[in-house]
Amino acid sequence: MDESKIPTGFSSDAKREPRRVVFVTKKTSAKVVGEPGPQLMTFPHLLIREAIAFQVLVIAMVIAALLWDAPLEQLANPLLTPNPAKAPWYFLGLQELLHFFPPFVAGILIPTLVVIALIVIPYFNVNVEGRALWAHRPRQHLNGTLLVTLILLAFLAVFHAWTIFAPTALVATLLVFSYTGRQQQEGWLSRLGNQPLSWWVMTWFIAVAICLTVVGTFFRGPGWSWVWPWRNHAG
Amino acid sequence: MATSFQSALQNLRETKVWKSIFRRGPANTNRTRSLAVFGNLFLHWLPVKVREKSLRVRASYYLGSVSFLLFIVLFGTGILLMFYYHPAAPNAYRDMKDLRFVVSNGVFLRNLHRLAAHLMVFAVFWHMFHVFYRGGYKPPHEFNWVVGVVLLLVTLFLSYTGYLLPWDQLAFWAVTVGTNIISAMPFIGGKVRFLLLGGNIVGDNALLRFYVLHVVILPLVAFLLIGIHFWRVQKDGGLTVKPKDKDGRK
Repeated sequence: MDESKIPTGFSSDAKREPRRVVFVTKKTSAKVVGEPGPQLMTFPHLLIREAIAFQVLVIAMVIAALLWDAPLEQLANPLLTPNPAKAPWYFLGLQELLHFFPPFVAGILIPTLVVIALIVIPYFNVNVEGRALWAHRPRQHLNGTLLVTLILLAFLAVFHAWTIFAPTALVATLLVFSYTGRQQQEGWLSRLGNQPLSWWVMTWFIAVAICLTVVGTFFRGPGWSWVWPWRNHAG
Repeated sequence: MATSFQSALQNLRETKVWKSIFRRGPANTNRTRSLAVFGNLFLHWLPVKVREKSLRVRASYYLGSVSFLLFIVLFGTGILLMFYYHPAAPNAYRDMKDLRFVVSNGVFLRNLHRLAAHLMVFAVFWHMFHVFYRGGYKPPHEFNWVVGVVLLLVTLFLSYTGYLLPWDQLAFWAVTVGTNIISAMPFIGGKVRFLLLGGNIVGDNALLRFYVLHVVILPLVAFLLIGIHFWRVQKDGGLTVKPKDKDGRK
């Protein structure tokens, strides 16, 4: 052990219990000191709030569990394929992707890239600084984002991936609108105009994920064809 | 009435047994309130003090706590369900019928487990998006964000492995569709699928493997990661709070 780091005059490995009064060294605590501000005691202020949140949730869940029964279909039968066979709802976005792209792209490549993208978010300074997209050289940034967006939209149109196209186009429209709001002081347009790139990418991702999941859950019928959920269909 | 209850409580606190369990006195000073937190195994990973701002509902919507509560509900109901479940085909399906028609409150138990599972997936996603929009991934919280992403994957996998267990048509085909995607992995896809299913089709072996993953391996991993996740929240200096909230409150 490097003793020079803690020059105490004692060995840090001494077996006798040392009678140290206090250590004052730099950055030895595992804890990061957060932002200053008024503080409350965890007991009872935090614990009472969590207890209330838990109770509300448990009561709501018990009521729901009394009212709605979990579905149970016929015994599993490998010879009888339902049409359509659907995964759990949180994977229906992926299943919808499979409708447009080959299995390797939709089932392996895109999910892997999404997970990697999520993991690396905090390690890029551009995300940490969170500078508004239009704060610096807005004209060039507008041209760049427009180019990327149009290529993306064209790509989606080639694959007839309209359920990805629609939310992408929506977010792109908001992006262009936000350019006009970059110098405004108030209102939702100025709030949009001051968002960083990471905000736009995440919002786009959430919009696409929600659209795909909703479509996969409610609007897909036999052979993954489009159906309207309020109409009965044979299947 | 209230006073007699209070005095009874007071008498209880004076007893030797009570004092042996809770060494501190009543939590009526900041010193004993601190002791109530760090002298308790189940609370010691919480900070003794929290910033007032981070307690506001819109700071977190308590989504992390809610996800954890749902996990605990799933843990409890899951253990009770294990008493009535055989991980074999077609007994597993008969057990579902038993839960509905034979076991007292069996259907309620299953409903609660299923509801909490779906809610947990939903809550964990929402939690992640909310943390993102609050900037909660920024230093010094980077590592905890990564742990959170892994926890999201564990949650999805937990839910997915549980989806097969009723062994009805819904379960069978959902898992068949999902595991077919794994085959698309280049070079090792078929092998990974075989490993997961214990065969080439979703059968008895797959049910057993999913069961072991669902009730032993994944919950252990989840508990470990949740422990790290909570501990790091405190060590990283608490929740991210903005200098000024949208509603203008400082």
